[in-house]
Amino acid sequence: MVCIVLGMSIGHTLLGLLESGPRHGYDLKRAFDERFGHDRPLHYGQVYSTMSRLLKNGLVEVDGMEAGGGPERKRYAITEAGVSDVDQWLAQPEKPEPYLQSTLYTKVVLALLTDRSAADLLDTQRAEHLRLMRILTDRKRRGDLADQLICDHALFHLEADLRWLELTAARLTQLSTEVRA
Amino acid sequence: MTPAGSLLTAQDLHKTYGPTPALDGAFFSIHPGEIVAVMGPSGSGKSTLLHCLAGIVRPDSGTITYDGRELSSMPDAERSSLRRSDFGFVFQFGQLVPELTCVENVALPLRLNGVKRKEAERRAAEWMERLEVDDLGSKRPGEVSGGQGQRVAVARSLVTSPRVLFADEPTGALDSLNGERVMELFTQAARSANAAIVLVTHEARVAAYSDREIVVRDGKSRDLEFTV
Amino acid sequence: MSAAGWARDLSIGAKFGVAGGREGWMRTLLTAVGVGLGVAVLLFTTAVPGALSAREDRGQARDDFSALMADKRGDTTLQAPAETKYHGKDVRGRLVRGESARAPVPPGLSALPPAGQMLVSPDLKKLLDSPEGKVLRERIPYKYAGTISDSGLLGPHELAYYASVPTLAYDGESQVRRISAYGATRQQEPMDPVMALLVVIIFIVLLMPVAVFIAAAVRFGGDRRDRRLAALRLVGADAQMTRRIAAGEALAGSLVGLVLGAGFFLLGRQFIGDMTLAGINLFPADVDPSPALAVLVALAVPAAAVGVTLLSMRGVVIEPLGVVRTAVARRRRLWWRLLLPAAGLALLYPMIGQGRDNGRFNQVQVISGTTLLLIGVVALLPWGVEAFVNRLGGGTTAWQLAVRRLQLTSGTAARTVNGIAVAVAGAIALQMLFAGIDGDYTKPTGADLTRAQLSVTGNGFSGAAQGAEMAERLRATHGVRSVASLGGATVTADPDDSYLSTITLADCASLREIASIGACKDGDTFVTTGGWDQTVASVSKPGQKLYVTTSASGKVDDKTLVWKLPADTRSVPVRKSPGGSEGGGGILVTPRALPQLTTAKLSRTLYLLLDPGVSDAAELARNTVSAASPLYQVQELTETDESTRFASVRRGLYIGTAGVLLLIGVSLLVSQLEQLRERKRLLAALVAFGTRRSTMSWSVLWQMAIPVALGLVLSTGVGVGLGAILLGMVGHSVAVNWTAVAAMTGIGAGVVLLVTLLSLPPLWRLMRPDGLRTE
Repeated sequence: MVCIVLGMSIGHTLLGLLESGPRHGYDLKRAFDERFGHDRPLHYGQVYSTMSRLLKNGLVEVDGMEAGGGPERKRYAITEAGVSDVDQWLAQPEKPEPYLQSTLYTKVVLALLTDRSAADLLDTQRAEHLRLMRILTDRKRRGDLADQLICDHALFHLEADLRWLELTAARLTQLSTEVRA
Repeated sequence: MTPAGSLLTAQDLHKTYGPTPALDGAFFSIHPGEIVAVMGPSGSGKSTLLHCLAGIVRPDSGTITYDGRELSSMPDAERSSLRRSDFGFVFQFGQLVPELTCVENVALPLRLNGVKRKEAERRAAEWMERLEVDDLGSKRPGEVSGGQGQRVAVARSLVTSPRVLFADEPTGALDSLNGERVMELFTQAARSANAAIVLVTHEARVAAYSDREIVVRDGKSRDLEFTV
Repeated sequence: MSAAGWARDLSIGAKFGVAGGREGWMRTLLTAVGVGLGVAVLLFTTAVPGALSAREDRGQARDDFSALMADKRGDTTLQAPAETKYHGKDVRGRLVRGESARAPVPPGLSALPPAGQMLVSPDLKKLLDSPEGKVLRERIPYKYAGTISDSGLLGPHELAYYASVPTLAYDGESQVRRISAYGATRQQEPMDPVMALLVVIIFIVLLMPVAVFIAAAVRFGGDRRDRRLAALRLVGADAQMTRRIAAGEALAGSLVGLVLGAGFFLLGRQFIGDMTLAGINLFPADVDPSPALAVLVALAVPAAAVGVTLLSMRGVVIEPLGVVRTAVARRRRLWWRLLLPAAGLALLYPMIGQGRDNGRFNQVQVISGTTLLLIGVVALLPWGVEAFVNRLGGGTTAWQLAVRRLQLTSGTAARTVNGIAVAVAGAIALQMLFAGIDGDYTKPTGADLTRAQLSVTGNGFSGAAQGAEMAERLRATHGVRSVASLGGATVTADPDDSYLSTITLADCASLREIASIGACKDGDTFVTTGGWDQTVASVSKPGQKLYVTTSASGKVDDKTLVWKLPADTRSVPVRKSPGGSEGGGGILVTPRALPQLTTAKLSRTLYLLLDPGVSDAAELARNTVSAASPLYQVQELTETDESTRFASVRRGLYIGTAGVLLLIGVSLLVSQLEQLRERKRLLAALVAFGTRRSTMSWSVLWQMAIPVALGLVLSTGVGVGLGAILLGMVGHSVAVNWTAVAAMTGIGAGVVLLVTLLSLPPLWRLMRPDGLRTE
């Protein structure tokens, strides 16, 4: 599950990590593992394939190479297009759905790392959650009991997410000092 | 610039209680018939914003405009009279007068406006019927459940046909089911009366009854309706 | 339940009382101050009888009327009263001359003063030395030889002096007395039954509201305490324990109250020496409650505090999650409430009329009857308030808020005004009684103040104090416009007959004050007609031989003049004297008609007309009189002879009642503030919908005024009833003293207004929008 979610945003995450300066492949992997990998470190293969996709899309460029060759020995730097891609990704709220927190967490940390406003990001996400909750509330009002119960289920989950968002927002200062440490 | 067509707007409000700023640059607007949720963590200044908007508290600086009139510079008597005629209120608790019967509680704002007792209680009974508490008329608040009491309070807030309703955590003391029922009846009644609601809540499911939300954090709030 | 358990719970409660944070501490202090004030009043009332009897003992000890002697002995003192008044204040003066070394000495003096000197009371010395006392100093010119100590005075502020006058001589006729000892040994008279009744009633009337007040004070902050007890239930205290803990809390408050009360009492006692009530001024040291009564107070007050607390918790069930009041549903019954005053009436009724024949009242019956009647007020009021407010409706929003509040908690409302009702009922009854008794003594004197304002009387003077010279001196006194001087002696036609008539020697102008003599010149003689003295007829035949005697006994002696009534004696009608007395009449002579009499020692009456423009005219005239002879009695003439016996008692009663009502006002205020604080959030919500301050203020006023008004109506009824019975008991016709009723109800209403006014600022403060903020 986590892998799938990561797969969807691993490119943006690596791009974001590059924003603070050019890095080698193995550096990127270590930085990623430290902040987001937890018990599931990235494979070198994942880093290699992701970087080559980003290279092909012109979001990164090769900044230099160490002797010995191999993708992990290449030094990557982010391009202008790469920075605006990260911008877009961070500004875009995630579709409210279950088990979203890993992506959101990644986004918050990256925003903090890249000096973007994490609070704005959370607000945008909250607005998106609320938008969906309004739709569900409205649907519930029109629907029968079955609709109501199903909508309620979704509403309670969304509410839990929102609470997480609130809590995170309240702890942003603490998080930013830890992330930057 | 203030959003066009809005009924009540607040611009760059500041308010300090003692050493702590409760509002530190708050913006807000609401259109006729609109329901706007005011959200934010506790202590963020939500309630202070509501009190300022309702003319209960005068902000230290900033402007509040209601229907083209400047609220923050009005004298107390004029603001009180505005609250009696144009605004309605629902609070979390402590709002029903315990010694008055439910129907007298609902009739109270009308009586304060000088409506004769009979007429006031007749209109109160109508609103109680719409909120499905018409059977509680002669009971005292101590004798009804929390949900019923809150519905009586909602009936009371609507009885003067106000243009803006202020609700501060209206379901805060209720369980989910009762809270939902109250919100359901409240928003329905307000929409049919074309009354706007300023809904202060920290609960997302309550805020979901709104059309739009405004988040207050550390006394600051932004309103996207304002073109900066 | 073991004794140890009791002790534990009580001490937990006590700890809550004194250590429950600022809030708990304030509550206990409030209760303690309330109880303390009550205790102080109790102590004063228990001490007053002792103080009064101590005062009486002082009076007895210096009595100089009991050991009268006719002949000089080795152990006698001559003494004459030289009473005077200065600016309305009595000065007790005594002229003394010791007739030997063993001459008796009055209490408060170590020895009689040396000749020509005097011993003075501290206050008199202060007065004489002050600029205000300048005129009096002229009247009492003796040199100071020291001060009279406390044992010789009735009160610390008494004005008194003993002056040693070497010329004082005993003649058996003037007011000079010869005594062999000071102090009366006569039996104390049993108290006048009317007085005894008054004292009993005064005590009941003052103590009942104090008891009601103490009961109210113990309940201060009751709601908050109940909530705290609920929290205790939550952590495992059972219902019995909570009761005992509450009792412990009340006990702590009342014990602190006892200490405060003793303090207030000792403090207040210091000021009692400075107070003069009904002409009575007491020594602080004499205000000393009897130990038995003090112990009774010390035991009864805490016991009552615990009792009231347990009683008030009877209708309250304290559950772990809150407080349930069960008392609401119980309807108040009327019958037993009516039974109380009815029983009181039944006890008092048989005693009606007993005072007329000086019968004695059964004290137990009076006390229990009066107490039952007044308790009847306490019992009837809650029922009355409930029955009344349940019928109320309509009106403004403020009225509606107040009425609904009262309907929900009429018991609380009634309890708080109970004290006012009892105090007012008792006070009205007493005022009626006093006014009734006083009314009998207040009669027009018939004095004509346009003819004279001062009368001077004396007996057996010679020299400068003699008629003509005395009159001359008075005429020369600043502020005296005219003087009529009349000398009197007895006259009879038959020296062996006991029929004596009066002969008056005066000039024509002076004679006109007592008879309509028409044309008059010196040398004329008249006899009166129309006087009450029937013996005049026996001496009014012209040419008759008459014996004129100046001795006090009227017996014919060697100084008796034998005189013939001139043939040209005219009959003239008598006239009322300036003092208002109907003339007895008699023979009236001008000096030339009977010159021998002008040098005799006559009994003398002078009428003085004063200049209203001279403010000190009366005092200056007194000085002149006193200089001639301090034994003359000077009286100010008044149009009505107002008995001032009770005037000052009544004034004192007004002050006392006002004090008690203020005390109750304090408890009203406290409960009002408590109630407001509890409703802080509600008030804020009401402000939010735009409720006007005035609406809430009126509501507070109505809420207090309705029960108080009911209380006043009820207490006026009971008070007038009780007053009527009391007047009946002492044998007076019943007249409702409406001034007293108006004054008392006025004071009651004033207290309501004051309490409302005082609770408005906190109300307005609570009505500030800040109250909406949740802490």
